This record gives sequence, C-alpha cells and structure tokens, in this order.
Amino acid sequence: MIIASVISVPQLIVFIVSVAIIAVGGVGLLTARYPVHAALFLVMTLFGVAILFIEEGAEFLAAVQVVVYAGAVVVLFLFVIMLLGVDREELASFAGDTVRVALAGVGVALILAVLFIVATGAWATGADSSAGKLTAGSNVGVLARSVFTTYLLPFELTAALLVIAVVGAVILSRRMVAETAAIEPAHLSERREVQQ
Amino acid sequence: MTIPGSWYLVVAALLFGLGAFGVLTRRNVIVMFMSVELMLNAVNLTFVTYARMLNDVGGQLAVFFVLVVAAAEVVVGLGIIVAIFRHRATITVDDISSLKG
Repeated sequence: MIIASVISVPQLIVFIVSVAIIAVGGVGLLTARYPVHAALFLVMTLFGVAILFIEEGAEFLAAVQVVVYAGAVVVLFLFVIMLLGVDREELASFAGDTVRVALAGVGVALILAVLFIVATGAWATGADSSAGKLTAGSNVGVLARSVFTTYLLPFELTAALLVIAVVGAVILSRRMVAETAAIEPAHLSERREVQQ
Repeated sequence: MTIPGSWYLVVAALLFGLGAFGVLTRRNVIVMFMSVELMLNAVNLTFVTYARMLNDVGGQLAVFFVLVVAAAEVVVGLGIIVAIFRHRATITVDDISSLKG
C-alpha cells in the first residue's frame, strides 16, 4: 500500500477511528429526535476531536476539551433540557419544507467545496512562526510561557469576560419582582400577602 | 511519518459543514446551539492543525481563548433560552418570530 508506506499504520488507525467517532456523533446530533440524545452525540463528537488533538500533539487542549466541553458545557446543556422539561420527541425536527432543507444543503456544500480547496492547497505553508515555536518544550510548558508572558492581557480579559457572563446569566434567569406578581395566579399572591 | 495536515483540515471542514447544516435546518433552539458548538470545535481543529503545520504556538493559544469564549457563550445563551421559555413556553424557533419584519 502506498499510503501505509508513507504514514505509520497505528497513527492511521487512530485517525480513522476518531474520524468515524466524529462522523457518527455529528450525523447523530443532526438527526436525533430527542434533545438529550443530541447532547450525548455531542459528547461523542467532542471526544473524537480530543483524540485528534492528542494525535496532533496538543495534549493540554485535549484535556481541556474533555474537562470543559464534555464535562461542563454538555452538563449545562443537559441541566437546561431537564430543567425546562423540553425533552419531548419532535414531530418535525427539521425546519421548513424539503426545499428549504435542500437549499441549506446546497449552500453548505458550496462552503465545503471552497474549504476543501483551501485545505488541500498549500497556501499557508512556509509562513514563519510569530508567536513562538511549538516544539520549544513540553506542550503545557510552551503554552503556559506564552499565556503568562505575551498573551497576559488577553488572559486577564478572559477572567473579566467569564465574570460578566456569570453575572449576565444570573440576571437573565432571575425572576423580576413585578413580573412574578403579574405571572402568578391571584390566589397565590393573596396568600403570600396574608403570610406577610 | 505523521498524517498530513490537509486530512485534518478536510475533517474539520466536514464537521463545520455538519454544524452549519444543523443551525440552518433544526427547529429546536437547544439543538441549534449544540450545532454551533460543533462549528466552534471544527474551527478549533483547524487552529490546532495549522499550529502543528507552521510550528507556531499561536494556533493552540487561539483554541484556548475560543474555549473560554465558548463557555461564556453557552452560559449566556442558555440563560436567554431559559428566559424565552419562561415567557413563551416554547423553544421551537418557528414560534419565536416576534422580531420578524
């Protein structure tokens, strides 16, 4: 085999298996009728991408991918699905008629064609490293040195961003007092007044 | 010899296409949101691939920041979905069309 002589077989097997995991997860996410199933397919896809990260030498990002995405983000999704009680089977999960779905498919296929040309071309090779060499040490060490020196300000800004996001989420999901009075049935609010 | 970077880029492109198709065609807001996560992951894979191809740490750093922003985005987005569900008792996009011109 020509490919096997150029690429080492174990790496090829890992690549094919992880791509299969990603494909099954992605297609499953698109076709799942229950939101909970979609969330589980999302976890599957994220694991596949994490395997590809490891194969490309990005061990730290693979770990973060599993901990943050599969651990925190998907759990958040599941919390909201369970909390809202929206885990019903969708009768028509795809929006619009078949023409619209077909048009969306054609548009996505066109984008993919352009991306294929870019991916298989050699436009980006030969550029010089500007942020530092990736192979200058261990993966975590190189990333840490870069984050805490060159990219210290963006790193601190992400802390501010996370605080803003948390405060925003709390305010969004909090019930306003006036709104509560308007939504509640009359006898409930009367009872509360009596208790007070 | 390692696997050529273009293979990873093609996988990332396909994953991005799947995510885009999901956002365009699904009705459930939560599933649409998951499709956005799929697209973000495809871009992350592209970043990591180019970081390896160009031997540049900047690509992996970009993924690091994308992860943080994605986490913040999920928190705010799900907060908005919860707020919409409280007011309208639906998360189907066809029913949430008040901003339609």
